[in-house]
Amino acid sequence: MLEVKDLHVTVEGKAILKGLDLTVQPGEVHAIMGPNGAGKSTLSAVIAGKDGYEVTQGSILFEGQDVLEMEIEERARAGLLLGFQYPIEIPGVKNIYLLKAALNAAREARGEGEIPAPEFMKLVREKSAEMQMDPSFLQRAVNEGFSGGEKKRNEILQMLVLQPKLAMLDEIDSGLDIDAMKVVANGVNSLRSADRAILLVTHYQRLLNHIEPDRVHVLVDGRIVKSGDKSLALELEARGYDWVLEESVA
Amino acid sequence: MSAPERFLERLNARRENDPSWVAARRQAGAARFAAVGFPTRRDEAWKYTDVRAIAEGDFALAADAEFLAERLAACALELDAHRLVLVDGRFNAELSSLDALPAGVSVTPLSQALEANHEQVGGSLGRLAGVDFSAFTALNTAFADEGAVVRLAPGTVVDKPIYVVLISRANEQAVMSHPRVLIEAGARSEATVIEHYAGESGAANFTNVVTEALLERGAIVNHYKLQEAALGDLHVASIHVDQSRDSRFNSFNLNLGGSLVRTDLVTDLNAEGAEAAYYGLFFLQGRQHVDNHTLVNHNAPRTFSNESYKGILDDRSHGVFNGKVYVKKDAQQIEAYQNNANLLLSDRAEIDTKPELVIYADDVKCSHGATTGQLDEEAVYALRTRGIDVAMARGLLTLAFAGEVMEQVKLNEIAERVERAVAGRLPERFNLADLVETAEAVQEA
Repeated sequence: MLEVKDLHVTVEGKAILKGLDLTVQPGEVHAIMGPNGAGKSTLSAVIAGKDGYEVTQGSILFEGQDVLEMEIEERARAGLLLGFQYPIEIPGVKNIYLLKAALNAAREARGEGEIPAPEFMKLVREKSAEMQMDPSFLQRAVNEGFSGGEKKRNEILQMLVLQPKLAMLDEIDSGLDIDAMKVVANGVNSLRSADRAILLVTHYQRLLNHIEPDRVHVLVDGRIVKSGDKSLALELEARGYDWVLEESVA
Repeated sequence: MSAPERFLERLNARRENDPSWVAARRQAGAARFAAVGFPTRRDEAWKYTDVRAIAEGDFALAADAEFLAERLAACALELDAHRLVLVDGRFNAELSSLDALPAGVSVTPLSQALEANHEQVGGSLGRLAGVDFSAFTALNTAFADEGAVVRLAPGTVVDKPIYVVLISRANEQAVMSHPRVLIEAGARSEATVIEHYAGESGAANFTNVVTEALLERGAIVNHYKLQEAALGDLHVASIHVDQSRDSRFNSFNLNLGGSLVRTDLVTDLNAEGAEAAYYGLFFLQGRQHVDNHTLVNHNAPRTFSNESYKGILDDRSHGVFNGKVYVKKDAQQIEAYQNNANLLLSDRAEIDTKPELVIYADDVKCSHGATTGQLDEEAVYALRTRGIDVAMARGLLTLAFAGEVMEQVKLNEIAERVERAVAGRLPERFNLADLVETAEAVQEA
């Protein structure tokens, strides 16, 4: 589904990713872990298409398509969706506008018609209930005045409505208390399916107690230096990152 | 023949049966107008607004007030209200509904009020908007024979909005109208008054309206001016407000239509506790020109004003905002806040903004500011990551920009109307109006 090959990325002339390889298959949940500054957020930002990141080498393919040739909105419509670490506030744009516009854009790209209003209303009400969000949130401006936890839940709500093929979640657990984390994790787990993949970028292992990964990768200094199953995350939690660094140098 | 002479000729051609005090006032208005003529851009207050399209126009006076009910339904607000309809400046009784007014409230067409020669009408009319204010108020004074007189007895709270609809028809011969609105709000009375300018899309008429509102102690008036005139219409308005102690005047000046539009809004806060809020929105396209001149006079201590005007300008449109706050000597402990924010959607759109504070007291809290900018690119990016393309992202953000003023609008019918109008005028293939409707439906469900 997602194939990242030998990806090199610079930001303002500084090399951040230095030959990253990653393959994600449908149905899988991958976690990318690593110390601060390793390039975790850069990876998801590049896949989503944020400005300011220069790909100097390598490729990103999503279902065989060259992602780097696609517009930002084309990537999302193709089913590549990024949940932000710091969701931005969009004063005045109601959540419900964003959801409907985004959903219809994706449907249009698939050659489907606009979603009928009653169906849409049912869908958003159902999904907001799943995220334990009061329907009044739908009428509020995107993230404006939301608490940290509400913003994260809102990101997952968008995922639940838009049903991406690959959901990338950047530090979705940061700033969440345990109750909020459970709600968020439940939301993410409900996305799991045989034809969908999830890419979690996280600094801490605790999220992975709630969303169990199939693969765990350690990203250090712009490269994936070690991959393993979920036990690797526990080992990182117990021993920190230093041993991986030493191992990779050795 | 000069432009003022041409205009006044229409006045002389009219059959006269005015009471003497009215006739005297008309003469004063006509004389003043003849003496000063139309303003030019050499006049400081008209520096950015060229009124030649009016001065050089040929406008008759409408002969009748005929208008089909279906046509009214197509352009009026769906509002449970006490309704007074003027068509090209003439009263249409059939389309009006004024028979369910509660006790203590009267809403009368000006013609009937004048016919009855109400002493009170004579006393109040023109008290705030004298012939000296501008050439246009002088011209209005000379011609005004129709409009709306709203009178609230002390303590009266009006159950429903008072809705004055001013229709401009697509006439073969362009017409002019000079409506006059008078609002007298007795002590502790409360009402919402809407002036809605609408009409047929082919209209190219000249409307020159003057509104006066007198608020007695503790009165609350919500005043909406919803200007959705045809894109060929010429529209000049002045609104004059006189506020007593603890009164509150909330003004909503919403401009979507017209080719050449000028509104003057003047409030005198004359006694402690008087408070005025001005909210304005103008959304311009094509070559539309809208000029808003506002003035708040803090004439007494402990008076309050708050002003927020938002402009959205596309294509080659031109907006003007001139907001002045004047604080008289000894008007201590007043608070006055003023802001004008503008969003330019096109490189060729133009805004001239001038917030002004003139303060002669020393213990005051005042702020003012003006900003002009483009859309927030970070927000555009965030929307694009959800699959929304650039055009629609910009549309949503534009709607949001208007939303900051629209949130203050407490009348849903008007908020939705404006939101839909903004959404429907946004560029390209996306139908944001449909989004707005969905949001409304979800809210109501």
